[in-house]
Amino acid sequence: MEAHAWIFFTLTVAALAVLVLWAGSLKGRDPFDQTVYDDTIVKVGVGVSMFWGIVGFLVGLIVALQLAFPNIFYFDQIGWLNFGRIRPLHTSAVIFAFGGNVLISTSFYVVQRTNRARLAGGLWPWFVFLGYNMFIVLAATGYLMGVTQSKEYAEPEWYIDLWLTIVWVAYLLVFLGTIWKRKESHIYVANWFYLSFIVTIAMLHIVNNLTIPVSLTGSKSYQLFGGVQDALTQWWYGHNAVGFFLTTGFLAIMYYFIPKRVNRPVYSYRLSIVHFWSLIFIYIWAGPHHLHYTALPQWAQTLGMTFSVMLWMPSWGGMINGVMTLSGAWDRLRTDPVVRMMVVALAFYGMSTFEGPLMSVRTVNSLSHYTEWGIAHVHSGSMGWVGFISFGALYCSTQWLWKRKSLYSLALVEWHFWLATLGILFYIVAMYFAGILEGLMWRAYNEYGFLEYSFIETVEAKHVSYVIRAVGGGMFLTGALIMAYNLIRTALGHGEAAEGEVTSSAPAALQPAE
Amino acid sequence: MYETLSRFAQTWGFGFFMLMFAVAVAYALWPSNKSKFQAAARVPLDEGDPTDE
Repeated sequence: MEAHAWIFFTLTVAALAVLVLWAGSLKGRDPFDQTVYDDTIVKVGVGVSMFWGIVGFLVGLIVALQLAFPNIFYFDQIGWLNFGRIRPLHTSAVIFAFGGNVLISTSFYVVQRTNRARLAGGLWPWFVFLGYNMFIVLAATGYLMGVTQSKEYAEPEWYIDLWLTIVWVAYLLVFLGTIWKRKESHIYVANWFYLSFIVTIAMLHIVNNLTIPVSLTGSKSYQLFGGVQDALTQWWYGHNAVGFFLTTGFLAIMYYFIPKRVNRPVYSYRLSIVHFWSLIFIYIWAGPHHLHYTALPQWAQTLGMTFSVMLWMPSWGGMINGVMTLSGAWDRLRTDPVVRMMVVALAFYGMSTFEGPLMSVRTVNSLSHYTEWGIAHVHSGSMGWVGFISFGALYCSTQWLWKRKSLYSLALVEWHFWLATLGILFYIVAMYFAGILEGLMWRAYNEYGFLEYSFIETVEAKHVSYVIRAVGGGMFLTGALIMAYNLIRTALGHGEAAEGEVTSSAPAALQPAE
Repeated sequence: MYETLSRFAQTWGFGFFMLMFAVAVAYALWPSNKSKFQAAARVPLDEGDPTDE
C-alpha cells in the first residue's frame, strides 16, 4: 500500500510535469484543433499496446516454463516470481494491459473517423489513457507484492478499483461526447459494440468489487457478498468480462478494420444489428455455467447452460458477417497477410464460440472443468481471436496513422502469421490432449471402486504436453517480437513503407472490380 | 420477497426483454430502413475529416 502510494505520487508528478512542459511549448497554437483528428494519442496507444503485449506473452512463457521445468524455473529466493503471483500477472497483462490498450486506442481511432469528429473533452482522453495505464501498473505491481483480493480477472484491491472506476467513467464520457459531436446521422455499428463494452464493463466492475476495506491505509478488504452469492457475482463478472471485454470490444475492431482493409462494406449491415442485440441480450445470463455441480441452485446452472448454448447463433452470425465481407475480394487472403490474420482470428472466434457452449453443458463440463481443456479453450479464444484481430488492427492502424503506403515488410508479417498460427496450434493441441487425459484419469476407478490414479500421477502425465505448450508460447512471442520490429520500421518509414506519404488511408491499389 | 421478485422477473421481465428484442429485430429488418443501412455500411470506407458535412 505504501509502495503503491509512492508509485501513484511519482507517476502523477511526472504526468503533471509533462503537462506543464507541453503547455509551455504551445506558443498560442490551438492544441485541440477541431478540424483534424487527434491521432497522437492513438499513435502512443499503438506503441503502448505492443509493449504490454510482449510483456504479457513473455510472462506467459515464463509461467509455462515453470510448469514444464519446475526444477529450473522455481526461484525459491525470489518470492515475487512465484507461479502463484505471476500467473495472474500474465492473465491481467494480456487481457487488460494488452487487450485494454488495444481497445482504448482503436476505439479512439474508430470513433473519430466514423463520426467525423475530433475526440471530445480536450485533455480528458489523455487522462483516460494514462489513468488506465496507471491502473495497470498498480495492479501488476500489486500482484507481485501479494496485494490481491483473489477474484479471477478482478484481483486488484479496493483502492485500485476505485481509481479504475474514475478512469472508466471519464472514458465513457469522452466516447459519448465524441458521438454527440458527430457529423454522420447514423452511429456506425462498431461504435455500438465499443459502447456496450464500456458500459457493461463499468457495471460489472462496480458490482463485483463491492468491498469494505479493513482500514483506509491498508490494502485489505472484504467482499460485501458471501458464499454462493459471491461466487455467482464473480462468475457473472468473469464470464461477461469475456463477453463484453474480449468479445464485443474486439468485434468493434472487426466491424471497422476488416471492411476498411479490404475496402468493402460489411457483408450485411442488418445482420450486424441483429448480431449486436442478440449478443447483448443473451451474454449477460451465461455466467452460471462456471459453477456447475456447486452450491449454486441447479435451476441457475441450467439457466447459464441454456443461454450459453443460445449464444452459438449470434456468435456464428457475427463470424459469418465478418468473413463474408471478403466476398469478391478473396484474393486478399493470399496477397495480404494482414487480412489473412484477421480472417484466421474469425475462424478461431467461430471455433471457440462453438466449443464454449459445448463445454457449458453440465455433462461435458464434468469432464472438462478444472482441467487443461479450459486452458486450451481460453487460449484458442485469446491468442487466436483476440490476439490475431488485435495484431491485424495494430498493423493497419500503424500503416494508416503514419500515412505509409505499405508496411515495412509484408514478408515479416508472413513470418509473424505462420509462427503465431503454428504456435497456437502447438499450444492448444497439447492442452486439449492434456486436459482430456487428466479429466479421464481423475474419474477413473479401479475394480474395487477406488480411484485409479493419485493426483501426482495425473501431473506427471502432462509433462510432455507442458513442454510442447511452452514451445508454442515461445513461437507466439517470437512472432510478436517480429511484429514490433516491423511496426517500428513502418513508423520510421523504412523499406516498402518508404515510398512517401499517401493521403488516403485505404490501400488504393490491389482492388478487384466491385 | 424472493417469490414476488422472481415471479415478476420471470413474467413481466421476460416479456419485456422479448418485446425489446423483437423491436430491435424489426428495426433491423424494416424495409424503409434499407437505404439508411446501406449508406451506414459505407461509413468506414471513406476517411473524411471533421470538417466534412
